[in-house]
Amino acid sequence: MKFLKIYLHNVMAKSALLKSSIGKKYWMALTGLFLCLFLAGHLAGNLQLLLPDSQLQFNQYALFMTTNPAVKILSYLTYISILFHAVDGILLAIQNKKARPIGYAKNNPSANSSFASRNMAVLGTLVLVFIATHMINFWAKMHFDEKMPLQTLMIKQERKDQYTGMTVKDSVLVFTLTSGNYIPTEQVKGYGESGDNSPYEIVNRVEFYRTGSNMKAGEGYKDLYTLTMDFFRDKKYGLAFTLFYVFSMMVLAFHLWHGFQSAFQSLGLNNPKWTPTIKFVGKAFAVIVPILFAIIPLYIHFTK
Amino acid sequence: MSAAKNINITLKIWRQKNAKTKGGIETYKLDNVSTASSFLEMLDQLNEQLVNERKEPVAFDHDCREGICGSCSLYINGRAHGPDTGITTCQLHMRMFNDGDTIYVEPWRSKAFPVIKDLVVDRSAFDRIQQAGGFVSVNTSGRTIDANSLPVPKDDADKAFMAAACIGCGACVATCKNGSAMLFVGAKVSQYALLPQGKVEATERVLNMVRQMDEEGFGNCTNTGACEIECPKGISLENIARMNREYLKASL
Repeated sequence: MKFLKIYLHNVMAKSALLKSSIGKKYWMALTGLFLCLFLAGHLAGNLQLLLPDSQLQFNQYALFMTTNPAVKILSYLTYISILFHAVDGILLAIQNKKARPIGYAKNNPSANSSFASRNMAVLGTLVLVFIATHMINFWAKMHFDEKMPLQTLMIKQERKDQYTGMTVKDSVLVFTLTSGNYIPTEQVKGYGESGDNSPYEIVNRVEFYRTGSNMKAGEGYKDLYTLTMDFFRDKKYGLAFTLFYVFSMMVLAFHLWHGFQSAFQSLGLNNPKWTPTIKFVGKAFAVIVPILFAIIPLYIHFTK
Repeated sequence: MSAAKNINITLKIWRQKNAKTKGGIETYKLDNVSTASSFLEMLDQLNEQLVNERKEPVAFDHDCREGICGSCSLYINGRAHGPDTGITTCQLHMRMFNDGDTIYVEPWRSKAFPVIKDLVVDRSAFDRIQQAGGFVSVNTSGRTIDANSLPVPKDDADKAFMAAACIGCGACVATCKNGSAMLFVGAKVSQYALLPQGKVEATERVLNMVRQMDEEGFGNCTNTGACEIECPKGISLENIARMNREYLKASL
């Protein structure tokens, strides 16, 4: 019993790291900084969309990001961080509202603090809304959509017509396999005209099998590249999606403008030698990263 | 400096009979206020006028009137201690205002600083935080060793002294959008944590002071930096960072 008592006492003391005002700040800072790392990685991946003929490269990257075990661990850490950062932030905002039940009749906060620093909760909520829509539009389709298209490629070929002897140029649409092989779409059930007599069928969304057998011919790539292109080039909503994306990046910029350097302060890393550098890096990060993110949909939408 | 002149102002002042009643803003006209007078002298002048009109004078905190006791408070025109930096309200002068100005005067707003009357708030929450750990336990039997017998690096001594300049006025809480007391507690934790005499009890001190701070109902710091700018003694945000470090060390 005594042991249990001591143990409980220790756990209670440790829980100060979760419950106390300063403990909450550590968690906001740690999750926030981790999400900054995530942003940098995500940006590097997205920038491939700007490379010429990057469809295969981008889809290979998307496959790697959704299947590699190490990346999986990182992505779960990212989900947890987003949730924790959001929940902790909401709890803090509620507590902070309660700390001043009666407000000032006249207040002049811009005299002593930045717009971004005073509106982190609102900015964060808007970023969360963006993340939700972003995950519905891309992440959920990549992970769960049964109709997620597979990457196809138009192969041009020249052949001699057997009757006339003339060179004929024609092209054939093929599925690209992860093995580097191709399967013409017309040989796949549901795509060609042969129906049930097609030599191949697709199982589990990406696996190609010889029809009616368990002989696997290979796996296709989910075509996240084309999905993204079509999304921002949508005739009806493409412009709206693009503008919403750009607006969200502006919100993110303000959130980072205060958040990056604030995280270091919360973790106690503030000293005259390093703080100017941290603040400079934070502001550079807050401007450069969202701008680079926003350039991608703008480029996709306005070039065709 | 230009010669003093007299100005006419309109005051919008929070009046509240006691802690239980609901207060509200009242408007007063005050003429012939010398720009050479301090803000508190202007309030004295208003109270004289109110007494002559057989009205209840405005209650406000004040004591030393030289910027060192931390008694005077007042949220003036949307800022703690009014429209200037590095000063308390008693050091604010009417030359900061113009003829015809409307000036809002409100009490510190914080759940932990309930209004007692008009502009006077109860700041005993700060006392309780201080009592929770803001001291060093010294044997005062008369056989104490001389403080200077312990060598202290100059840099640490300076930082401790700068933290100890905190007068506990509560401007940091009043100006913070979250009603957070972390600049105050950060300063109190730092002034001991930096000195050898304070290091002995450093762990319990920071844990107890932060626990008391949270219990009093102060908000959570979001590093807006408003407190540092409004603090009459220029207490730096570095003190909050130091408290955060001390707290982490003490919790692990």
